[in-house]
Amino acid sequence: MTKKLHQNQQTKHNPVLRPTQHRARIIQTLLKQLFCLFLTLLVISPIYLVFINSFKTKGEAARMSIALPTEWHFENYTKVIEDGKLIQGFTNSMTYSVLSTAVAVLLCAMAAYVMCRNRSKLNTMLYYFTICGLFIPVNFVTVMKVLQTLRLAETRAGLILVFTSSMIPFCVFTIKSFVSSVPVELDEAAVIDGAGPLQLFFGIIIPLLKPILATAFILEFMGVWNDFITPLYLTSKSSMWPMNLAVYNFFGKNASYWNLVFADIMLTCLPVIIIYLLGQKYIISGLTSGAVKE
Amino acid sequence: MKKNKIYPIWFIIAPLILYIVFFLTPSLLGVWYSFTDWNVRSKGIINFIGIDNYIQIFTSNIDYSSGILNTLKFTLISNIVKLIPALFLAILLKEKLKGKNFYRTIFYLPSILPFLVIGLIFKSILNFNDGLLNAAFEFLHLDFMKQKWLSDLGVVWKSIYGVDAWRGIGYVMTIFLAGLNAIPSSYYEAASIDGANFFHKLRYITLPMLTGAITINLVFGLTYGLKVFDIVYVLTNGGPGHATEVLTTYSYQLYANGAYGMATALNTILFLITTVLGVMIVTYMSKQEVRND
Repeated sequence: MTKKLHQNQQTKHNPVLRPTQHRARIIQTLLKQLFCLFLTLLVISPIYLVFINSFKTKGEAARMSIALPTEWHFENYTKVIEDGKLIQGFTNSMTYSVLSTAVAVLLCAMAAYVMCRNRSKLNTMLYYFTICGLFIPVNFVTVMKVLQTLRLAETRAGLILVFTSSMIPFCVFTIKSFVSSVPVELDEAAVIDGAGPLQLFFGIIIPLLKPILATAFILEFMGVWNDFITPLYLTSKSSMWPMNLAVYNFFGKNASYWNLVFADIMLTCLPVIIIYLLGQKYIISGLTSGAVKE
Repeated sequence: MKKNKIYPIWFIIAPLILYIVFFLTPSLLGVWYSFTDWNVRSKGIINFIGIDNYIQIFTSNIDYSSGILNTLKFTLISNIVKLIPALFLAILLKEKLKGKNFYRTIFYLPSILPFLVIGLIFKSILNFNDGLLNAAFEFLHLDFMKQKWLSDLGVVWKSIYGVDAWRGIGYVMTIFLAGLNAIPSSYYEAASIDGANFFHKLRYITLPMLTGAITINLVFGLTYGLKVFDIVYVLTNGGPGHATEVLTTYSYQLYANGAYGMATALNTILFLITTVLGVMIVTYMSKQEVRND
């Protein structure tokens, strides 16, 4: 609003420049729009290519054209669900993503809350100790060794624990910065009313943390869903493979059947795309909480 | 109030144990095992062999050290390729533009897709004979632009950077946008009155006010670059030859071949690089926090 006013003032001062300035602005907007449309095309076309070719026959898909299929072969999808063991992959991916993320978000919320509220020397040290993990790479070779020692190798529980542990630094980091915006007075009032730490945390704090918990949950859920390297190292039985790995192996066996590979890819991406479109505002707010703070 | 009673330390213990057991211990164990001959045949008998693994990394006829250099190169270039365009894109989408929310949604979309899937899609798009990219150049009568995107030594890295940017620019842009939105528009208005042009504003207002977003992007970008695996593994699997091997792909090969000691030695090198970087960043952050308090 103020910007507009200011522009008007300026054009009043220079009445001669008005028409050319106006035209320059229109051309500029037009160029910007064209540029953005071009980029949109760049982003969309690979996804479109996958979508359209997933309905073609093997021969037609091999040509990778962007033309519509001559016949729509919806049965590609049923075939791939059976041959690619996608039901099993989907169940595995869901189990890993939901369980590991839920456990991590809950535990990290408790830890981040205490680290934020009780800034003793020990807690502060533990906080920085934890977020060092943001940078440290997971050494999967020795993770396997640890899992073997604990008799958790090749088990779903082991894999879930590894996923959970690897997201702890990020969850503690994001949740802690949010906790500091929740007023301490609420805690004090609850304590005066006789609430214990568990009642206080689950009854009063958790409901207030909902937005950041949603953000952490969505981001980490997608992280596990998209994670390829962890199951690649830690699972050898195909019955434990998440969708990701199932697709990769399906591609290895059927590299020339691009129609089926693409159908497989569509089905793997669908859950994350749906979650993205539904939870977009949480994703953006979570990503950006750090960027605006300083 | 008794802080330790209201905010009990046992709230911290469960995630701390998980973090130590499944995250930190493996990394530290890796340092120990990198000095041993641990391998698939060593059935419980593991011998300490000093720095032999490290000597082999730097002298073996398989060029592991170029894998380390490639990792550093990827970290540097992939970040430049993403950060600079993303900044201008964010500036563009911050201004009044019809449909900017739509563009933001679309540009961010690739970064939620699994890397594996993106790798497979681009394997088909970059195919020399019937890939979409070469077909598009043919259609536009730009045949000289056609390339063997994934097998030509001079082009293959550019393809990797391109695919990586396709996925990552929207993510970096989103973080920049949040930073830009926090800059009061009155700053720009005042500068306009003083006759500042686009680059003056960028240099004296935007960049200095954007340090938070730039830091976040650099931190995520650097750690991502050093740990890069999926995209290289799926797109080229280190090829042609060993031209695009990075630290993690070599490490995975060694692991798959049962040379666990060697694999952990490579991982330990990565661990050292990231730890030094991480400690520097965390120290910086803790100083910032103290200043803000």
